[in-house]
Amino acid sequence: MDLYEYQARDLFEAHGVPVLAGIVAQTPEEAKAAAEKIGGTVVVKAQVKVGGRGKAGGVKLAKSADEAQQHAADILGMDIKGHTVHRVMIAQGADIADEYYFSILLDRANRNYLAMCSKEGGVEIEQLAEERPEALARVGIDPNTGIDAAKAKEIAEQAGFPEEQHEQLANAFVQLWTVFSKEDATLVEVNPLVKTGDGQIIALDGKVTIDENAGFRQPQHAELVDEQTEDPLEAKAKENDLNYVKLDGQVGIIGNGAGLVMSTLDVVAYAGEAHGGVKPANFLDIGGGASAEVMANGLDVILGDDQVKSVFVNVFGGITSCDAVANGIVKALEILGDSATKPLVVRLDGNNVEEGRRILEAANHPLVTTADTMDAGADKAAELAHSAQTEK
Amino acid sequence: MSIYLNKDSKVIVQGITGGEGTKHTALMLKAGTNIVGGVNARKAGSTVSHKDKAGADVELPVFESVAEAMEKTGADVSVAFVPPKFAKDAAVEAIEAGIGLLVVITEGIPVQDSAEFFNLSLTKTGADGKPVTRIIGPNCPGIITPGQALAGITPSNITEAGPIGLVSKSGTLTYQMMYELRDIGFSTSIGIGGDPVIGTTHIDALEAFENDPETKAIVMIGEIGGDAEERAAEYIKAHVTKPVVGYVAGFTAPEGKTMGHAGAIVSGGSGTAEGKKEALEAAGVKVGKTPSETADLLREIFKG
Repeated sequence: MDLYEYQARDLFEAHGVPVLAGIVAQTPEEAKAAAEKIGGTVVVKAQVKVGGRGKAGGVKLAKSADEAQQHAADILGMDIKGHTVHRVMIAQGADIADEYYFSILLDRANRNYLAMCSKEGGVEIEQLAEERPEALARVGIDPNTGIDAAKAKEIAEQAGFPEEQHEQLANAFVQLWTVFSKEDATLVEVNPLVKTGDGQIIALDGKVTIDENAGFRQPQHAELVDEQTEDPLEAKAKENDLNYVKLDGQVGIIGNGAGLVMSTLDVVAYAGEAHGGVKPANFLDIGGGASAEVMANGLDVILGDDQVKSVFVNVFGGITSCDAVANGIVKALEILGDSATKPLVVRLDGNNVEEGRRILEAANHPLVTTADTMDAGADKAAELAHSAQTEK
Repeated sequence: MSIYLNKDSKVIVQGITGGEGTKHTALMLKAGTNIVGGVNARKAGSTVSHKDKAGADVELPVFESVAEAMEKTGADVSVAFVPPKFAKDAAVEAIEAGIGLLVVITEGIPVQDSAEFFNLSLTKTGADGKPVTRIIGPNCPGIITPGQALAGITPSNITEAGPIGLVSKSGTLTYQMMYELRDIGFSTSIGIGGDPVIGTTHIDALEAFENDPETKAIVMIGEIGGDAEERAAEYIKAHVTKPVVGYVAGFTAPEGKTMGHAGAIVSGGSGTAEGKKEALEAAGVKVGKTPSETADLLREIFKG
C-alpha cells in the first residue's frame, strides 16, 4: 500500500527523521486553521498518490493563513492524473540551500535492498538515473544487517558528498532505515532531502510503500487505509476476505488462483473483441477451496457491480474436486435466490470434472450455462454480456 | 531423471501436525513421496498416522527440530506448512540445519522476512561455494516429479511422467497447463511462487531443465510484475538449447493494482505482460496468447 505524503511525514517524525511541521486538512477552513497554527509562510500541497502534482498546480506557497485557505479551496477537488484531491497538507515553509535525493527499496532482481542517493535532488529521479547514472549512487543493503552508521557513511561517500557532511547525512540515513525496517516498508523515498540555510538536514517530501502482508505485526497500519477513495465493492470484498479488484468492464470473473484468474481476464478480453468489445469487469480469486459460502460471497460482490452483464466462473479443480465446486455453485445460487439475475457461464476442469458437470446439468439452473474449455467459456460469457448490452 | 526432487528424496514436513500439514502430508504420501517424518517442537516424540501410496499404515515420527529430523532420518528436503507469523523462524531453522531443499508453501509472508531468510541461505555455503539450501517459494505450489515424488500441494493425479519441464509463478495456472498437456507428461513441474522475493527463480529452473537429459522441452509461465521474465529471456537466448514455450498472464491488468499475488503489480509502466512477451519472443521463445494456444505450441514441438 502506497502512503500519502502526510502519512509518510508522520512515520518519519515518529522514527526521529527530521521533518518540518505539517498538518493535513480536508477543507479550506481546516487549511486556514493549520496555517495559523504553523505560522509564517506555508506550502499547500495536494495529497495524491501520483507524481507530477507540482506541475499540475497542486503545490502552492502561501504567505498568510487567508492565502492558504484560498489555495486549499483551489486545490481540493482538483483532478491530478485521474486522482481527485481530497486532502491537502499545510507544511511549514523551508529555507532551502540545497536539495538531495535518498531512497531505500526492495530490489526484486537481487532479492535484497538497495539504497540510492544523489547530491542532485528535487528532480525526476528516473530521468537522472537514465541521463547521468554516475550522479546516482546505488548501494546494495543486506537485509540481515541493514544500514548502520558505517554503511550510511559509505552511501554518503559514494554519492560524492564532502566529508564534513557525512556524519549529519549518515544520521538521517540510519533513521530512514529505521522507518523502512520497523514499518515493514518496501519503499522509503525522500525527494528532496534538503539542507536548510542554517545547515540542517530535513526530509521535505516522502514516499512510503508498506507491505500489507505484515499487517499481523503492524496493526496500526490498518488506520492508514484510505476509505474515502476505496471502491465500495472492493471494501465489501475485503470484509469477506475476498481478493477482488474492480475493473472497467461487463463480464464478471470468478476463478481460483491468482495466475488462473489473471489469465481468465486476458482470455475474456480476447473473446470480447469479437463481441462488441466487452471487457472483464473484475479480478476475483476465491482461492483453492471454492466452498459454497465463498462462492456465494464472490457472486454477491460481482452482481453488486451494475456494469456487469454476465459472469464467467472459471475453476480448475486441483485439491478440491469439481463436484464440490459444482455443489458450491448450486448452493450459492440458492443462497442468493432472486438477487442472482445475470447469466453465469461455468467452466470446470480437473479433478472429477465429469461429476461436476453432471451436477450442474442436473440442477438445470436457468441462469447457468456450462462450457467445456476456458476459451469456449470466455467466448460464451462475452457473447451473453454483449447481447445483454445491446438489448438495453 | 528430474530436477531437484526424485523418488530417493527423503522429505520432512514442517508443521506436519497442523491442518494444512496433515492434509498435504496425506496427499504427498499418496503421490509416492518418501516422507520420513515431521517437525513440531511442542509435539516432539509423538507420531502421526498416515497411509502410504499402497494404502499401508505408516507412523511418521515428529521431531523437535529440523536438525534432529535430519540427523535421525537423513532427510534432505523439507516442506514448510507454517503460518506467515512463524514462517521466517521455520525457514531459518531449516537453513541453519543445512537442509538441501526447502519448499515454503506459506502465502502471506512479509517480504522483509523472505528477504532475510533468503539472504541468510546465501551465507551458508558448502564445499563447492554454493548455498547448501535451495529454497523454492514462498507462496508457491511446490514441486512435483510425477510418478516419483511431490513436495508441495500440486494435485498428483493430473498427469504422469513425461518429457516436459515446467516452471511457473502460479499454482492453478500450472495445473491448467499440466492438464492441457496430460497426454505428453512432465519430467518435473515447479511452481516458484508469486511473491516479490523468491528463492528459486525461472533462470535456476531453466538451467536445471537444460541439464536434465529427460527433459526435452520447457514450458515457462510468467505473470506481470518485476522483470524476472525479461531476465529469463536473456538467459534462454544465451544458454538454453532446448525448445522453450512461454505464456504470460496479466495483459489486461491495470497499472498500480495488485493482482492477487503480492508480486503481481504493474508499476510505472514496467512489469507489463506485453513487455515480457516481447522479451521472450526476442529470445526465440514461442509465446501463446492463451493457455490452450500455449499447449498447442508445445504439442507442435513433439509432432516434429
